[in-house]
Amino acid sequence: VKASSMLLRSLAAASVFAAACIAAFAATPPDAPVILIQNATVLTVTHGTIEHGSVLIKDGKIAEVGASIKAPSGAQIIDGTGLFVSPGIIDCHSHIAVDGSVNEGSISVSSIANIAEVLDSDDISIYRDLAGGVTTANILHGSANSIGGQTIVIKLRWGQPAAKLPFEGAIPGIKFALGENPKRSNFSIPGRERRYPASRMGVEETIRGAFTEARDYKNAWDTYNKRTAAGEKNLTPPRRDLRLDPLVEVLEGKRYVHSHCYREDEILMLLRVAKEFGFKVRTFQHVLEGYKVADEIAAAGAGASTFSDWWAYKVEAYDAIPYNAALMTRRGVLVSINSDDAEEATHLNQEAAKCIKYGGLSRDEALKLVTLNPAIQLGIDKRVGSIDAGKDADLVIYNHDPLSAYAVVQKTLIDGRIYFDRQKDIAARAGLEKEKKTLLDKEKAAAKKPEEKKAEKPGEAKKPEEKKPEEKKKPEDMATMPQAGTDGGAQ
Amino acid sequence: MKTKLSCWCGCLLALILLLLAQAGISPQAAAQGGEPQYFAIRGAKVIPVSGPVMEDATVVVARGVILAVGGKDVSIPADALVIDGKGLTVYPGLFDALTDVGIPPATPAPSEGGIQRGGGGGGGQPPSRGPEDRPGATPWRSAADEASLSDKRIESWRNAGFTTVVSAPKGGFFPGQAAVLDLAGERNGDLVVKSPVALPLNLNPAGGFGSGFPDSKMGVLGYVHQVWLDVDWSTKAEATYEKNPRSTARPRYDRVNSALADALEDHPIVLIPANSSLELRRALVLTDRWKFPESKISAAIVGAQMAYEVPDELAAKKLPVIVNLKWPEAEKDADPDRVPSLRELRFRDRAPSSPAALAKAGVKFAFSSDGITSPAEILKAVKKSVDAGLAPDAAIRALTLSPAEILGVADRTGSIEKGKIANLVVTDGDLFGEKTKIKMIFVDGKRFEIREPERPKDPPKGDLTGKWTLKYTTPEGDEESTVELTMSSDGTLSGTVASHRGTANIISGYASADKFNFVINMVIEGSPADVNFSGTFEKNTMKGTISVLSYSIDFTGTRPGAASVSIGGAQ
Repeated sequence: VKASSMLLRSLAAASVFAAACIAAFAATPPDAPVILIQNATVLTVTHGTIEHGSVLIKDGKIAEVGASIKAPSGAQIIDGTGLFVSPGIIDCHSHIAVDGSVNEGSISVSSIANIAEVLDSDDISIYRDLAGGVTTANILHGSANSIGGQTIVIKLRWGQPAAKLPFEGAIPGIKFALGENPKRSNFSIPGRERRYPASRMGVEETIRGAFTEARDYKNAWDTYNKRTAAGEKNLTPPRRDLRLDPLVEVLEGKRYVHSHCYREDEILMLLRVAKEFGFKVRTFQHVLEGYKVADEIAAAGAGASTFSDWWAYKVEAYDAIPYNAALMTRRGVLVSINSDDAEEATHLNQEAAKCIKYGGLSRDEALKLVTLNPAIQLGIDKRVGSIDAGKDADLVIYNHDPLSAYAVVQKTLIDGRIYFDRQKDIAARAGLEKEKKTLLDKEKAAAKKPEEKKAEKPGEAKKPEEKKPEEKKKPEDMATMPQAGTDGGAQ
Repeated sequence: MKTKLSCWCGCLLALILLLLAQAGISPQAAAQGGEPQYFAIRGAKVIPVSGPVMEDATVVVARGVILAVGGKDVSIPADALVIDGKGLTVYPGLFDALTDVGIPPATPAPSEGGIQRGGGGGGGQPPSRGPEDRPGATPWRSAADEASLSDKRIESWRNAGFTTVVSAPKGGFFPGQAAVLDLAGERNGDLVVKSPVALPLNLNPAGGFGSGFPDSKMGVLGYVHQVWLDVDWSTKAEATYEKNPRSTARPRYDRVNSALADALEDHPIVLIPANSSLELRRALVLTDRWKFPESKISAAIVGAQMAYEVPDELAAKKLPVIVNLKWPEAEKDADPDRVPSLRELRFRDRAPSSPAALAKAGVKFAFSSDGITSPAEILKAVKKSVDAGLAPDAAIRALTLSPAEILGVADRTGSIEKGKIANLVVTDGDLFGEKTKIKMIFVDGKRFEIREPERPKDPPKGDLTGKWTLKYTTPEGDEESTVELTMSSDGTLSGTVASHRGTANIISGYASADKFNFVINMVIEGSPADVNFSGTFEKNTMKGTISVLSYSIDFTGTRPGAASVSIGGAQ
């Protein structure tokens, strides 16, 4: 507990001052340097642990992994003595980096809304999660709707504009939600009509109804395209419907379904509906009763993304057990552990470690819960999720074994670039504090009435301190400097 | 209409009556027959903006337009009223590139509940359940139709040097069509220079979670995308149907589609609100996306106060920008224990440097007063960006010719050129000079002289500086206002007046002997009105009258924290 609270504190502190290392990155990143990490414990996840191993990074990719690699000339050497290198952590359920509400909560099918359009590259949670080793996150719409908004996988490239965050080539998703949240059991606005659906039956009917519409819509377009291709003229195309377009993509296998769920009955319900309409459920999210229907989930080829030991916060979360991840894994389900929360994301490595205690997963199996498994679930495992030559150099360097509560992230790399560096973060804090004070003093001085200033002039005694003119920083540095948070980080 | 009886409703009624009266009498002012039609300002410094500065120059105005600009050789019509321009500077009339000045707040129609907000729930309407309900869309509203001389702000904006505004309806995601208005006329129709010139958008949800579609930013974006697609689709579908109405289903009529399609025929620019660098970059993406086939949409950005972070990206897109002059500042009543983030502080510090950054990057930009209630603050806000590095002539251009170009009226206004509308501001010095006064204004060739407010010359018998509590009784019951006054040594009063009705800056005020007077302008039940406080004071008490239009009530005031305030003259 002590160590983890220390970790939390240090993360919180990191958040307050929010890192200056990023200042080094201008709006467009410099060419990735050649980096060689030497003499570290390398947790490859796919082919064991290499003691005193090396990782060579070139052009943003892992060029070589092995016991000893000769440093190419000009390579930046990171001495990994006593350090641990793991693949970047992948959070399969995150709501960070969203500008505005994560829920379009007004309607039961809100697929017209797209998280990708409102990514917030200035959200300090990106930096905080980087400081916890997260490099990739599945940014989901909220769970207020039976069928929620469109979702997107991002890399946590802090300091880059929003357009540079999306994980290139990752298949987009859509959020579904079952149970209490979409039926609004716990939410009602006084004086306002309750939104349909209000029962689990209604949730099923809503999804069924939407896909029936989507199927008709797809047929209308197919017919139109066929007739046009056959040379018919003056046809009116069907009206484009931005609500149904993503559902057609689901039917065509071009968009993943990530469904929030808790209870076994609703999990089976969605599997039946999916089968009826001919689409796949890519992941069940939370899926706290997944251990009860693990065989059915495995048979459907769906993934499960769950919590380690977080439950009982509502009735439908009462039957959860900490063995869920391990039990599902043993029954052949592809399992990941997610955060659903900006703070939780900063210690997903510890969440994974709990599955060694509860259920007896091996160390590699545990680490996979937050690296390779979510990569597979998100269809990005060719690029990330393990330390293998050819994959993206998305790496975390810890001072201890990441499955230990003492592990603190030292550096986080994405695409072979250092996006978080603990030493640089600490070094930059004083400067940022000073800048903040200077700006606050300037505002206070400007707020004073001109006459008060005049009155003060003769004595000059009241001046708080002699301020030297701040060195002017380059504007491009300013543009990418992280904002300093105002609170202790943990929400 | 709700029939809540209150004095403010009374004021509103009084205002309406007054407006009706004005509408009836207004031709009288013009019918006096004495208004000259020809003017010559001779020997002035002229800043044409479209060309080099001219010293000792002459501007001739004839029947609303500029007849000639030049040196001594310019011939002056015999019946022109000649104005000695010695010591005077003539600028093109200032141009406020986005405001709602000229559009008096709408009286809610019983059927529509006034301006439809996204979200609904108000006015007894059920919450919107999707884009097909067309929440917050009133694109048929037209600033040209709603422009009215009854808006008191027309005069106050004009007195601050603004002859021309782009005025847009407010409310909802598609509030309506903006028009270029000149701020003077005999009939409402005289105000309109061109319409429609722009379609403003709003991309923020009006209500919170669960308030009706759309209640999130991403929902708003999806909605706006859908509307543009629908406009495009319905135009084509209707054309196809008209060609062969037999055997195909009739496309559904939709007022929003129809109004937007009609408006787009006139090639207005779509105004995309974007203030932070995040929003600015998003706006650039949106303009790309909205260029669907055969689109007539071109765009400009409105806000742009964090443009200093992304000037080159804006320049690369060649999008014009309308910079909002209501600079971010610390909240007046902010929690004193709340420490703002560094990012917030940087924004407040650097926002006024955005125009300089835009100028340097070669972006065409103009200024908007949107959010500023006191017109005297507008030029002060521009001055802040001059202090932050914007060249004064670039600032003048952004207040004159640039907005005219952006809004497509540079062929008729925006600079001092032969043949253009005679919109002029005449000052006794540099526009941004601290002591400079606007002497007269020409709107459509009509002259308006600025009168200095009369005020007694006696020195004040005490310092009014401090926080005062004013008590008075309205038909709604007892009320209180907190007035923060600052008195300068000559008796000029400034400060704020705060009550549950809102906070307003004092526009003008003075103290003389034991008398004082100050005026605020605030929106009362949707209608802006001057509220006049006058009375007498003695040490830490005051008494007097608050008057709004023809209505007045008595008040008494005390200065509670007065013990620490020195009494006996300024300073």
